[in-house]
Amino acid sequence: MYTDSYTSALRIENVVKWFGQNSALEAVTIEVRRGDFMVLLGRNGAGKSTLLRVMARIVKPNHGQVEICGMDVRRNPEAARRRLGFVAHSSYLYRHLTARENLRFFTRLYGLEDQEQRVQAALKWVGLEASSDRPIVGFSRGMQQRLAIARATLHDPEILLLDEPFSGLDLEAAELLAAWMKRFAASGKTILMATHDLEHGLEGVNRWVFLDKGRIVEELTGAYTVVRDRYKQFLRERKGELS
Amino acid sequence: MNFLNQTAAILWKDILIEYRTKDALTSMLLFGLLVILMFHFAFEPDSLETEKYGPGLLWMTFVFAGILGMNRAFAGERENDSLQGLMLAPVDWGAIFLGKMLANFLFMLVVETIILLSFTLFFNFDLLHRLSWMVTITLLGTLGFASIGTILAAISMNTRMSDVMLPLLLLPVALPAVIGAVQATAAAFTDPPGEALTFWVKFLVVFNIIFVTLPLLLFEYVLEE
Repeated sequence: MYTDSYTSALRIENVVKWFGQNSALEAVTIEVRRGDFMVLLGRNGAGKSTLLRVMARIVKPNHGQVEICGMDVRRNPEAARRRLGFVAHSSYLYRHLTARENLRFFTRLYGLEDQEQRVQAALKWVGLEASSDRPIVGFSRGMQQRLAIARATLHDPEILLLDEPFSGLDLEAAELLAAWMKRFAASGKTILMATHDLEHGLEGVNRWVFLDKGRIVEELTGAYTVVRDRYKQFLRERKGELS
Repeated sequence: MNFLNQTAAILWKDILIEYRTKDALTSMLLFGLLVILMFHFAFEPDSLETEKYGPGLLWMTFVFAGILGMNRAFAGERENDSLQGLMLAPVDWGAIFLGKMLANFLFMLVVETIILLSFTLFFNFDLLHRLSWMVTITLLGTLGFASIGTILAAISMNTRMSDVMLPLLLLPVALPAVIGAVQATAAAFTDPPGEALTFWVKFLVVFNIIFVTLPLLLFEYVLEE
């Protein structure tokens, strides 16, 4: 049942995910409140991307419950996904369509009104107006990622899931994304980001979660400088465990 | 209404991409025309031979050309992980299946029309005399085949040898539709059309009802990891 009185933007409870014999998530429970800007940190294979993909219901958990804005994702998958914007390393765009055609396609999928105006505004915002009628197969990685950001936000989502969003971005695209994330967080919306990059887009983060081997091992609040030192120590400890 | 709009958007997107790349249509068409040409030289194209071997030859060509197209159906969705973009949208995943299935169906029909016309030319086949039956049988046979092919292409997409895996999965499952289509075509080839024609057309209708509905309902489970 849809309700606007929810306090948790995202809530996952006791989520377990296996890929074959390998455990990706082990009884993960996490709650992201409305307006939180949470960052998931961890080494490769810690389960950050899987956790985001479970939340977006691209990946079905073996066990556990996922709620988005108070809605059980199993019962209301479409309504729940309507609240999400997802930016990942892959752009999810079609190489042989133009930038405009890609965005137009997604406005139709999302059933949005004023499609042409939205597409035009999004193209202008990400600075791709001049290239809007070129197939994106000729776009640089940075241009594709800018278009991917436009795609993910066409429907004005309430929650933004970001999976290594700065990976491979040029400076212009990285600045655009960081500025937009800051604005998004300031407007009281919710961001959950998985990243390795401790340089970009961390302004306004209020919660930090360290993941290791599919488990939440530490949760912190506070300033970036304090967390950065603790995270470096965390990585050293894990490295010590391995050696 | 939203379901149909989303289906139409996916269908239109696939048509537009195929129009730009011509990946599936070119390979399907070249393969189909080559087979017809080779069989033209392989046996004497008189009316008796055509009646005897024509239905099997036609459907063999349709089926293998179709498999070539099906193999491409999800290839474009793997680039940039576009399929995940579709899955993230507030879309009934059945609409993804239906859009892609209709695109495959349409591409197969385009190729089959050209193959059928070249068959008419090379084998002195009187198509006009049997046009309504041939259209009916081709539509019905292709619909069931495209439906099964689309869901199996989605299943085989993430396997290591998807190009080989698809025909291995598809041919046994689609065999009833192929048999039905060949038998119906054989009955349509005789003059006057054989009594079995109505039976096999009804068989294809029932097959299509089952094998279009089932993948539509099951596609969600195919997409979920």
